[in-house]
Amino acid sequence: MSSASVEVRPSETPPSFQPEPGAPDNWRRFFSFSTDHKVIGIQYIVTAFIFFLLGGLLAMVMRGELITPDADLVDRTVYNGLFTMHGTIMLFMWTFPMLNGLANYLVPLQIGARDMAFPRLNAAAFWLVPVFGVILVVSFFVPGGPSQSGWWAYPPVSLQNPTGNLVNGQALWLLAVALSGISSIMGAVNIVTTIFRMRAPGMGWFKMPAFCWTVFSAQMIQLIGLPALTAGAVMLLLDLTVGTSFFDPTRGGDPILYQHFFWFYSHPAVYVIVLPIFGVFSEVFPVYARKPLFGYKVVVVSSLLITGLSLVVWVHHMFASGTPSWMRMLFMFTTMAISIPTGIKVFAWVATVWGGKLRLTSAMLFALGGLMTFLFAGITGIMLSSAPFDIHVNNTYFVVGHFHYVINGAVVMGFYAAIYHWFPKMTGRMYYEGLGKLHFALTFIGINLIFLPMHPLGLMGMPRRVASYDPEFAFWNVIASLGGFLLGVSTLPFILNMLSSWNFGKDAGDNPWRAIGLEWMVPSPPPHENFEEIPVIVSPPYGYGSDEPLTSNNPNGESIDEPLPGIAIGGAAV
Amino acid sequence: MNRVFNRRRILGLMALAMANLAISYWMGQQAYGWLPPQASSESILVDKLFSFMTAVGTFIFIGVTGTLLYSMFFQRAAKYDESDGPPIEGNVTLEVVWTAVPILLIIWIGTVSFNTYDQMSLLEAIAPPMLETVETVPGDLQTAVSGDAAEDYPPIEVHSRQWSWEFRYPEANVSSTELHLPINQRAHFKLTSDDVLHGFYVPAFRVKQDIVPGREIDFSFTPIRIGRYRLRDSEYSGTYFAANQTNVVVESESDYKDWLATAAAATPITASNIAAEDFARATESGISLGWATVEPAPAPTVNYTHSEEDSYE
Repeated sequence: MSSASVEVRPSETPPSFQPEPGAPDNWRRFFSFSTDHKVIGIQYIVTAFIFFLLGGLLAMVMRGELITPDADLVDRTVYNGLFTMHGTIMLFMWTFPMLNGLANYLVPLQIGARDMAFPRLNAAAFWLVPVFGVILVVSFFVPGGPSQSGWWAYPPVSLQNPTGNLVNGQALWLLAVALSGISSIMGAVNIVTTIFRMRAPGMGWFKMPAFCWTVFSAQMIQLIGLPALTAGAVMLLLDLTVGTSFFDPTRGGDPILYQHFFWFYSHPAVYVIVLPIFGVFSEVFPVYARKPLFGYKVVVVSSLLITGLSLVVWVHHMFASGTPSWMRMLFMFTTMAISIPTGIKVFAWVATVWGGKLRLTSAMLFALGGLMTFLFAGITGIMLSSAPFDIHVNNTYFVVGHFHYVINGAVVMGFYAAIYHWFPKMTGRMYYEGLGKLHFALTFIGINLIFLPMHPLGLMGMPRRVASYDPEFAFWNVIASLGGFLLGVSTLPFILNMLSSWNFGKDAGDNPWRAIGLEWMVPSPPPHENFEEIPVIVSPPYGYGSDEPLTSNNPNGESIDEPLPGIAIGGAAV
Repeated sequence: MNRVFNRRRILGLMALAMANLAISYWMGQQAYGWLPPQASSESILVDKLFSFMTAVGTFIFIGVTGTLLYSMFFQRAAKYDESDGPPIEGNVTLEVVWTAVPILLIIWIGTVSFNTYDQMSLLEAIAPPMLETVETVPGDLQTAVSGDAAEDYPPIEVHSRQWSWEFRYPEANVSSTELHLPINQRAHFKLTSDDVLHGFYVPAFRVKQDIVPGREIDFSFTPIRIGRYRLRDSEYSGTYFAANQTNVVVESESDYKDWLATAAAATPITASNIAAEDFARATESGISLGWATVEPAPAPTVNYTHSEEDSYE
């Protein structure tokens, strides 16, 4: 860039906070069909969090039922509806939209783009979320109640339809899942295109932040795997409504075929969920340890390895199903292999933290807590990949404990880490650190109190999805239920913190964490279209401790020679 | 290099690793106590595998969380220290090591698991006469337990339904809602379902197999301990899934033969069945929203039935 062009640019151009020409610049924009990726990101996150609370409420009723061995608090049909809808809401209405929200908000900012590739498609994908959310909630009120076949919806149970109505909970469930699949495919096309085509000049693949790498890897899985689930859901819907017999064994169908369709997507879906959280860990640890991400290139490439391997492990959900021995052994080895790229990441994070100058902010505490619970889940995960052991604990509480350590341990704690880390950027205000730490303590204790006892229960042989159980399981279930109620309470300081900080929090400035990254070089909250001038990237990310600048220009439009206070350029003190 | 890897430091690290090894070994031994009684040959194999994986897992867990906790306690930035940590971007040797070690570990765990599964022969027509626990660590003692014995008992038919279990011994003309098995003899089964997926699961035997409607699945294992154990439905099968359980009795061969003879002579009666009884009751306790349920199959009519109150291990 010639120096002349810098001089002619008016240096005191006020940053434009107007979200969009003609659009309201207040809370109302979050209820409109906005095409600004930041508005859509927050819309996703807030919508998802409301459904998280609903799914959590259902779980607390379940824990109330399970605090005694008998089926006494709710009817068996109600319990079965509760666990089905708990799983469905938590996966399709909470984790996927929440992660799409983070990706929407952060990816354009981190790659130096002004918006997503297809802003209208982006908004349309988001507005499908409330649509299928309402369908799921409405299914509670149709005759016969919501789906009661578990979130796997295995036939023939899912085909039984005791009400005999065409409009029943199961049909609405399948419709909602199919719509969710369409919404996710739209989101994936958008995110993958954005990352491929819209990186700022100079941002080669190995200068891209790790979070964008993980989002890219995760969304590739959506593009490859979701068609299988959507096809399976549509075939099941046809079996249920118009009487085809793809999966009905009494008329020549094969129920095991459905399991393959289902897990071909739904196992990789776990990586769709956890990969972006790996990205959050990779972003958060360097900032609060003041060190570069250890082995950055290996860490980001292992995300793609996980994507590839995740597509060839699905039969480990079916080790006790109607599968032959050779298939069980083959998938046992592929499943174990996925622990290699995952292990590389874990060790790299530990090495990033090691020897750093740690600041245990709320974000850092949640990231460290999430990493520890993920490690535990990874170890029980390797145990589960061993087919002969899995045969004992398959479909028991051991599995329930394992995946809740992943989803509620790693993913939800990783989500909280992300929110605390980027809250000042999203709102321009600081949150209350004390409330954040209280939130962390309650969450961490609650998670271990509810999910750790599930492991001994599973080893003792308590099946999952039971409304009643034998008295020998009572002790651990009481503890788990108490942990569940504590986990419910733990959301209160978070909600209080977010609502009050957003309204009354102290001004955060552009870069309160002295973090390195394009999103920290623009004002908080970032103006519409993010960058006054598209940044030109000259360094890899995470240059903590070195003096190299990240960009050769100032994305706010001023000359690089007079950087704005508070903008970290390559970590050099300003 | 000298400063980082001096002798004191290496000795200290080795002492920590030895302590971790000792704790991990101890955890591996504890793991046996977390499981139900070992009532089948398969359970001895599976428990040994679980103990081995628990020990390996504990070692990794303590190593990683110990390092993180050390950092959290002793490597914090001082309050006004705004400087950065050392700009270390990676270390090729270290990265090669922590890629190679997990590869070797999973080859080890995978081999042990493969051999364990192979010995169990759950889906095979013929199992080895003796099942051997696999070798895990060098010098580890191997145990052999009975597998397929000379005496050849005909397969038992398992009929699963929404929501009851029925076991038929065709040669002896016996049907029962309680499964009886002779000790130290390979038990062979033909698993079938009349309606939806069910799961044949006996925690004390560590064996499980989904039952698929429209298929007949051959399944076998060897009970080795006299007693009464729980048999549970392990694949979600609808409304009364949780109540779909019964007992397995393992007894001596003479007791078993007596039982077959007595049962064959008895007049068939209708067994008690929780699902059918609950369904018959017009209103149930608790919050009922009146959501529809599949009607349970009629309680099975068998010439031997058992009481729900029977104790089990």
